[in-house]
Amino acid sequence: MSTPIVALEEVDKRFEGGVQALAGVNLQVAPGEFVTLLGPSGCGKSTVLRLAAGLDTPSAGRIDAPALRSSRADTAFVFQDATLMPWASVADNVWLPLRLAGEGRAQARPRVDRALATVGLAEFADAFPRQLSGGMRMRVSIARALVTQPTLLLMDEPFAALDEITRQKLNGDVLAARQAQGFATLFVTHSVYEAAFLSQRVLVMSARPGRVVAEVGIPEPYPRGAGFRNSGRFIETCAALSAALEGAHA
Amino acid sequence: MRIERALPLATFAASLLGWEALVRLAQIPHYTLPAPSLVLQTLFANFGSLATSWWFTLKITLGALVLACAGGVLIAAVFALSRSIERALFPVAVVLQVTPVVAIAPLILIYVESTTAALLLCAWIVAFFPILSNTVIGLRSADANLKDLFRLYRATPWQRLRLLLVPSALPYFIAGLKVSGGLSLIGAVTAEMVAGAAGRETGLASRILEASFRTETPKMFAALLLLVLTGVLVFWSFEALSKALLGRWHASERKD
Repeated sequence: MSTPIVALEEVDKRFEGGVQALAGVNLQVAPGEFVTLLGPSGCGKSTVLRLAAGLDTPSAGRIDAPALRSSRADTAFVFQDATLMPWASVADNVWLPLRLAGEGRAQARPRVDRALATVGLAEFADAFPRQLSGGMRMRVSIARALVTQPTLLLMDEPFAALDEITRQKLNGDVLAARQAQGFATLFVTHSVYEAAFLSQRVLVMSARPGRVVAEVGIPEPYPRGAGFRNSGRFIETCAALSAALEGAHA
Repeated sequence: MRIERALPLATFAASLLGWEALVRLAQIPHYTLPAPSLVLQTLFANFGSLATSWWFTLKITLGALVLACAGGVLIAAVFALSRSIERALFPVAVVLQVTPVVAIAPLILIYVESTTAALLLCAWIVAFFPILSNTVIGLRSADANLKDLFRLYRATPWQRLRLLLVPSALPYFIAGLKVSGGLSLIGAVTAEMVAGAAGRETGLASRILEASFRTETPKMFAALLLLVLTGVLVFWSFEALSKALLGRWHASERKD
C-alpha cells in the first residue's frame, strides 16, 4: 500500500459527557481508494469522519489526514442532509468553498458550472434550494464538494434519506465523479447494499465504543454498472458483509 | 380586483358610511362623536400645525427605531459571542422590557434635560427588546453542519459573520423589526403624553392633549387618524422590506 492519505492509529474518542464513542480505531485509506465504514447507528462512524476532517480532536491516538496537514481546502464533506444555504442560489451554494478561498464569482463561474454539469444540474444554477427535490439538493451538495477538486471526499450517510431509485442513481454519480477526478473516499453507511456496490474495501464497525472489527475487500473493477448489482458476486459480497455485521453485534 | 383585496376595503368603507349615517341620523353632537367627514374637514383646516406635529412624532418614532436596531443588534452580537455576558445582562433587558413606559417616563423626563432626548429614550426602551431577543435567537440558529463546513473550508471570522450568521439571523431580525416598528410609535406617543409639553417642537400626542383640554373632539380624531396612518405606513414598509429580503428563499414569505 502506498503512503495512505488518511491514517488513524489507536484512536480513542471520549466526549465531554463521558460517552466513549471510539476505542482503539485503526484504519488507512490509500490515495484514490474507496473505503466504506459500515455499522449500525451510534457506532461512531460519523465521529471517524469528523476526526478525519479535523472538526473534532481525538482523546488519544494519532491521526493523519489532509485537513490536518495543509491549509488548502482539499478535504470535502457531504453531510446526511444537503446542508445548503437556503438564501443562496444553487450556483452560489456551489461557489461557497471557492468564495471562502477568496475567489470572485466571475472567476469561479466556469468551475461552478462544470461541477453542476457533473451532477446533471446545469440548468438549475439560478434556482433556490427550496425549489428542488431532496435528491437534487443532495446533488448540489455533491457538486459543492467536488468544485474544489478535493483529494479526499468524506461522506456521512449522504443518501440515507432518499428513495431507493434516487439513491442508486446518486451512487452511480459518485462513482463516475470519482473515476473522473480520482479522489479518495471515506464513505459512511448502514446499508449493506450501498457498501457492496460502492467500495473497494468495507470496514465493519462494532457498536459503542466503536472499533473496526472486520474488513471485507471487494475486488470488482470499476466502472461498476447495473450489471454488478444483479450479479452473483454482488450477492455474495452482501452476504459476507451481513455476516460480518452480525458477527460484530452478536 | 380580487375578492380578498376588495373585502377589507368594502368593510372599511361600510363602517365609515355607517358611522357617518349614525352621527347624522341620531344628531350626535360633534364634541361627543364627530362624523368622518368633519374629521377630514378638521384635518385639512388644521393641516399646518398637525403636519408639523406629525413630522415631529415621525422623527421620534424612526429615530428610536434606528437606535433600537443599532442597540439591539449590537447587544445581540455580544450576547451571541458570550453566554456569560448574556446571563449577566439579560435580566436588565427584561426589567427594561417589563416596566411600563408610562411609569418610568416621568423619571426619565426628570433625569434627561432635553425633552426630545427623553422621548427618544422612552421609545427606544420599548422598541429595542424584540429586536434584541429575536436577533440573539437568529444568530444562534445557524445550521450546525453549515458551521462545520465553514470551519472545514477555513472561513475567516468575518466571512463566517457575513456569509453565515447574518443571513441566518435575518428572518428573525425582521420579525423583531415588525414588532418594534409598532412599539416605537406607541413609545413615542406615550412618552409625549406624559411629558405634556407645549410649544412648537411637539408631536401629535401634544395636539391630542391640547384638543382634549378644549373639548375639540374632531381635532383629537384628526390627530388620531394621522397616528393610525403612520402606524400602518411603518407596518407596510416593513412588510415590503421583508418581502424584498426574504421573498425568494424564506418560508415566512412563501405564498403556498
